[in-house]
Amino acid sequence: MSDKRLIYLDNNATTPTDPRVVDAMLPFFHNVPGNAASRNHPFGWAAEEAVDYARDQISKLLDVDSREIIFTSGATESDNLAIKGVFEMYAKKGNHIITLKTEHKAVLDSCKKVEKMGGEVTYLDVDDKGLVNLADLEAAIKPSTIMISIMWANNETGVIQPMKEIGEMCAKHGVLFMSDATQAVGKIKTHPKELGIHLMAFTSHKMYGPKGVGALFVNRKNPRVKVTSQMDGGGHERGMRSGTLNVPGIVGFGAAAEIARKEMDADAARLSVLRDKLENAFKENLEEVYVNGDVNNRMPHVCNISFKHVEGEGLMMTFNQEVGVSSGSACTSASLEPSYVLIAYGLGDDLAHSSIRFSLGRFTTEQDIDETIEMVSKGVNHMRDLSPIWEMYKEGVDLESVVWQEH
Amino acid sequence: MAYSEKLLDHFKNPKNVGTLDKSDSNVGTGLVGAPECGDVMRLQIQVDAEGIIEDAKFKTFGCGSAIASSSLATEWLKGKSLDEALAIDNMAIVEELALPPVKIHCSVLAEDAIKGAIEDYKSKNS
Repeated sequence: MSDKRLIYLDNNATTPTDPRVVDAMLPFFHNVPGNAASRNHPFGWAAEEAVDYARDQISKLLDVDSREIIFTSGATESDNLAIKGVFEMYAKKGNHIITLKTEHKAVLDSCKKVEKMGGEVTYLDVDDKGLVNLADLEAAIKPSTIMISIMWANNETGVIQPMKEIGEMCAKHGVLFMSDATQAVGKIKTHPKELGIHLMAFTSHKMYGPKGVGALFVNRKNPRVKVTSQMDGGGHERGMRSGTLNVPGIVGFGAAAEIARKEMDADAARLSVLRDKLENAFKENLEEVYVNGDVNNRMPHVCNISFKHVEGEGLMMTFNQEVGVSSGSACTSASLEPSYVLIAYGLGDDLAHSSIRFSLGRFTTEQDIDETIEMVSKGVNHMRDLSPIWEMYKEGVDLESVVWQEH
Repeated sequence: MAYSEKLLDHFKNPKNVGTLDKSDSNVGTGLVGAPECGDVMRLQIQVDAEGIIEDAKFKTFGCGSAIASSSLATEWLKGKSLDEALAIDNMAIVEELALPPVKIHCSVLAEDAIKGAIEDYKSKNS
């Protein structure tokens, strides 16, 4: 990377580790070298104590019992453990899981694995704002249903699902409620017990902690939830996840949780003002701009927006030496398919190709936003000057009636 | 993914952006791709009395590689006869811009746009 000032607006991909978190972690690389499972010497005791402390910090953030936190390597592993682990553990009760088409791949691909293992999975549509239809959800529940897995907040759009209503529905039907809360934990209040969530996956590196450590909340009482371990070995984490604990990572995760508990409300308030400034400026500066997802049920730091008749990756190339964001355009992936999340919202492929996700974070400044507004607006205008379909649109050509040569 | 200097230059300072009068008999227009696929390329040639391409213009909706491929194509077209233009192969564009494998389709699109423009010109002047 060059020396020039770079603006990072891709915090949904990963957040920078907070320097206070780094400070908390450093002693645990060399000065406290122990394995938390070494129960017979001070090195192990110190490591175990540090892990216990971090577990407390995290459980306070979620308002849960510290024994309900299972450490993993990240949210992907937590999603896998929850879905495959429940499927195996509850095989006698049923084999049906309900989820959404807009879930993260870690959930969708775990569900696909469950199908290969003989399970049945219903993938529900969402409405044009990205929300689950509660009537559809209830109608999908059947006697063999063991779990509903619905993410708290979407990674691409920040859309927040009606967690309380889903929790009530799960309680009514005696179905487990699992949520991938990766994008919500540490950013907004996420107290699973209040909402009837039985399993919740999340990770450290989306909340200003280090990468490589995550957790699964597993409800201990009423009901006592169990998952079959997916990683076998020394029986760590109450037998649900074997493997030596990543002590420095867990210490950092704990520190990040404590900072989040104290600061997330202030962060959210500040970031929603900056996010709105960014979004409103685009709407004022440019024509044919569409915000994706429900603006009334959305994470405070996320803006997913389509600049019509401009291809997302090309647009990013106009400013990606200075600003880091991500796009739902096919060209950013090897698959050549645009974002399946936006397609599920009913966006046409053209608008999905034109989408950019801006995700702000604790270290985003107003100057970052002002500069981004200028660079992105300039980029959109540049790309539209180059765009034949923008020219046709401006001439009043009905683009729907054009016979395109698909390739 | 790091792009080549040549590609970035064509993207940042695209050559021959613009529109020729498509109703003109000495102008041929090729329009390929679809918005749903994430790229649309319009390439136009203007042919003189001797059958030489005297001007070429493009507009492209697409990623950086698509824009650079069409910019490069217009540069190569100018001064060529129609037969020489028809001989432009997409792999030459791939090599010149060092396109990564996932972007080869951008060069295919440029070749298709060239062929489309020539075909359009020929159908107008047959």
